[in-house]
Amino acid sequence: MVPISYYLVLSAVLFGLGVVGFVFKRNIITIFMAIELMLNAVNLAFVAFSRALGQLQGQVFVFFVIVVAAAEAAVGLGIVILIARNRHSLNVERVNLLKL
Amino acid sequence: MTPQMAIFLVLAAVAIAGAINLILQRHPVHSALSLVVVMAALAGLYLLLDAEFVAAIQIIVYAGAIMVLFVFVIMLLNAGVEERTNVSLVARYAGIPLAVVLLLGLTYRVARASAPLVAQPTPEGATRQLSLLLFGNFAFPFELTSILILIGMVGALILAKRGE
Repeated sequence: MVPISYYLVLSAVLFGLGVVGFVFKRNIITIFMAIELMLNAVNLAFVAFSRALGQLQGQVFVFFVIVVAAAEAAVGLGIVILIARNRHSLNVERVNLLKL
Repeated sequence: MTPQMAIFLVLAAVAIAGAINLILQRHPVHSALSLVVVMAALAGLYLLLDAEFVAAIQIIVYAGAIMVLFVFVIMLLNAGVEERTNVSLVARYAGIPLAVVLLLGLTYRVARASAPLVAQPTPEGATRQLSLLLFGNFAFPFELTSILILIGMVGALILAKRGE
């Protein structure tokens, strides 16, 4: 049997890598993928806790997270297309209208 | 080492390697394919945790639908290799150490805090129980998600529509 804490450590590592990707990447689509990676890490923690507590509510939450991620991907990629159309670039450094 | 432990270690290594590759690759398509690898490995881990339904929707919805959407947009916009921009001095010299501190700190806290957790036996017929929960206790949130998806669809259409 694999201890549940191993899954949680893996989840923390994946989440940390997602944060690193979010901060370091310059391409807006890759930044989006880093967000998806963080959501996946949280899902793994949900399923691991669901297993640790012997209850299924955690898996219901994973279902909701996946639904929200799908809606988010649709809207977010619509915004990405708009940015690409207006700025002719996917680099987030070029999207600096609100920057002081 | 039990077979489960060996499978866990292999899948965890694949997931972490995929996540690192996502960050290191400079072309968005390569990053997207690494993310698919991570998601497939996670689906295997869900199977290992006796969460068959979550493993199935992980493959179908995440690796299937959402990642195809990503790859489609990358192809549509003809996204090329990420360009390097000059970063500030703070970002150049403090970025990597801070990232390492974040990774180690998060991992250390989680490993410390969750020491006494032991896996409970999964309830009999877990997927059936899950559907009873989803359409019983969680029926209202479940219906709300359909409205959320509808709003997301309309929003994406409005955003992507070419303005007159």
